[in-house]
Amino acid sequence: MPVGLQSALNPDAMGFENLHQFFVQASENWAQRFAQEHAPFLAHLPAPLGELAIMLACCVIFVAVVPLLPLGLVLAERKVSAHIQDRVGPMRVGPHGILQTLADGVKLIFKEDHIPREGDKFLFVVSPYIIFACSFAVFAAIPFGQSILVSNLNIGIFYIMAISSVVVMGVIMAGWASNSKWSLLGAMRSAAQLVSYEIPIGLGILTVVMLVQTLNMQDIVKGQDGIANWIVFRTPFTFIAFFVFFISAIAEVNRTPFDLPEAESELVAGFHTEYSGMRFALFFIAEYANMFAVSAIAATLFLGGWHGIVPAEMLPQGGILGFVLRAITLGGLIGVVIKTLLLVFVMMWLRWTLPRLRVDQLMNLCWKYFIPISFFNILGVGIWGLIFPTDTLLSIVISVIVIILGLIFTFGVLGKSLSKGPSNSAERRISATT
Amino acid sequence: MAAPQPESKIIELKPFTDEMIVSMGPQHPSTHGVLRLELKLDGEVVRDAIPHIGYLHRCFEKHSENLNYQQIIPFTDRMDYIAAMNMNWGFCLAVEQLMAKEEGKFPGVPERGEYLRILIGELNRIGSHLLSFGTYGMDIGAFTPFLYAFRDREKILLLFEKICGARLTYNYIRVGGVSRDTPPGFMDEVKEFIDYFEPQIDVYNSLLTANRIFIERTANVAVMDAEMAINYGITGPNLRGAGLQWDLRKDETYSIYDRFDFDVPVGRDIPELGVVSGDCWNRYKVRMDEMKESVRIIRQILESGLPDGPVQAELKAVRPPKGEIFSRSEAPRGELGFYIVSDGTPKPVRVKAKSPCFTALSALQELSRGLMVADIIAIIGSIDIVMGEVDR
Repeated sequence: MPVGLQSALNPDAMGFENLHQFFVQASENWAQRFAQEHAPFLAHLPAPLGELAIMLACCVIFVAVVPLLPLGLVLAERKVSAHIQDRVGPMRVGPHGILQTLADGVKLIFKEDHIPREGDKFLFVVSPYIIFACSFAVFAAIPFGQSILVSNLNIGIFYIMAISSVVVMGVIMAGWASNSKWSLLGAMRSAAQLVSYEIPIGLGILTVVMLVQTLNMQDIVKGQDGIANWIVFRTPFTFIAFFVFFISAIAEVNRTPFDLPEAESELVAGFHTEYSGMRFALFFIAEYANMFAVSAIAATLFLGGWHGIVPAEMLPQGGILGFVLRAITLGGLIGVVIKTLLLVFVMMWLRWTLPRLRVDQLMNLCWKYFIPISFFNILGVGIWGLIFPTDTLLSIVISVIVIILGLIFTFGVLGKSLSKGPSNSAERRISATT
Repeated sequence: MAAPQPESKIIELKPFTDEMIVSMGPQHPSTHGVLRLELKLDGEVVRDAIPHIGYLHRCFEKHSENLNYQQIIPFTDRMDYIAAMNMNWGFCLAVEQLMAKEEGKFPGVPERGEYLRILIGELNRIGSHLLSFGTYGMDIGAFTPFLYAFRDREKILLLFEKICGARLTYNYIRVGGVSRDTPPGFMDEVKEFIDYFEPQIDVYNSLLTANRIFIERTANVAVMDAEMAINYGITGPNLRGAGLQWDLRKDETYSIYDRFDFDVPVGRDIPELGVVSGDCWNRYKVRMDEMKESVRIIRQILESGLPDGPVQAELKAVRPPKGEIFSRSEAPRGELGFYIVSDGTPKPVRVKAKSPCFTALSALQELSRGLMVADIIAIIGSIDIVMGEVDR
């Protein structure tokens, strides 16, 4: 048996001394086990080849599965928006319109592939692929289950941040290469927005990392067994950090109320105004993949990842019953997907309800509110860590009490405006002045 | 004598970065038609916005000189096609006033005709303001109000279809009355619609008007105070948004508006919300309030019921006497004026329309200077222009 596989079977022998070991670490997953059980010939290949084959298998599976997400999400968005807006949405293609996205995809493939004559041809062609590749590469480090993970990187969350920052490059390239002023404006807005909102996102992640003291996505999840251990409830500061992270994530994926880079009523379509056909489809797919990715990251970091509401040891292990119970208590692969889709739904809900911010208001929100709040969170988590070096029942109970008191206080102070709905109180103030 | 120093002047004049000239429109999603704005941008900041109009010019006024008065009415449909009933009405009012200059020429519009005119005019005002509300929401980035508004406007269009057979270009109001009587059960349907629609206005207000982001985007943006509005000749909701209570339906009553009880909503300062009278929010809010007032007027018609009798005066011919007239009426977008010169023949010598949208658009350049690109969209939406009326 090749050295690589041997050490992969023996977790104690793992380390990160070299690239070889790096690959081995990456293969501590279901694809590798699957390969061993069902394709033992891989084990007879020379060491690098066998690992390479496993890596490729993982990649192929993810590359095959992940593009299906936007397919579903686009339809979901259209249906959600339709029902919010008192419509029925697509109904013609397939039963209840479920094949509409597929039909749109086919249409986009057959559309003319237009490149602006005065544009920068190379950058124009290459930028959709950069955005597409980056938004898909993020999925490599998101754990969807105890062993459902392409690559168990020890710097997983750092890798995700790094890769998702590259998207901004693709956006600027697309805006510049289009040789259109609207595209350029969109690209500049996008650059400013993405770079700014990276900071609250990074600081939000940092609060989690300070608490769990690891950058490994899998290790971050492993500590969150049962709802009491979910990081969002573990300290009051991570509770705030979750909201800061999630709102910043909405800005990061350019969705209303932060969809300035592609504000259709202002910049026509922003940085992808000049794109058509399949290149446009790539932007579109990447947008939805991104949306799913940031929601999955939020679910992993704050909402327990593949750990459910009930601690795993309290549930029957194995069998269909165990699987179903895990799924019901939001654990396992299905649990992660449910949590992620819930967050995605919130994003869609916001998009079809709220107007768009102006560019200066967007920057104000980031630099004047989110970043100071994030620094406060980091300070708070640091002090919390000093008081409670390890998580105990006491610390969690205190945290939950503080969160509840904080919520009551916030609702009491900010208003009646929050508890009775901002609209009503504003309406009342409006009518009181007449 | 001090010598001019062009070099230093250039440096003084360029405290900002390079200007970018962007042509916004005529094909742009939110210029409300075929308006073209020449934007001089310094980054996101608008240094200047020069409106270029005329893309929808159809020679309405010249056409009118070769047509009978009755034949001109369908052309007025195509001015403000969102509120075509009010356009018909404005023109017919002018012709009627011109005819009334000669004793016995014009017997007056029958009572039932006047009631129907007000009913239809106010319904169209609601429809027009609904469209304005919906598109304004979409301009600001909220897509959903648009579809809500169109859902309800559709009900008005169905009513219009029942009464005159058309959904957009009605040609319903004629010189001397209206073209036809109500179909059976029409008033019940109007009542049904009003009963449904009145609570909907509060839904819209809670959905968009009082939305925090919406207020942030529109409050204290592009403030047009009353003095500036008067200087530019701004009328209608834009003028009332500046805090001036001026509505021709009240202040220069025509038709039978004096028999109805309604208020004239005006813009006002609301410090808690940061709202200043004359800003985009107030211009928008006036329209929302006007819908309520229109509902009130229609309710009064429903309560009293339409009087019996003909809907159209018996006219031998529409041939106004020699002379000229300037008549104005309160259309949803402001005062619609018609200046007609007649030489006693069935065709006018000159027809000139004074369009409220045109004057509103003229203020755009001053309003938008120094603001951001996103604000331009907010201004265009808040002054609520229809290019069909601007260009005619």
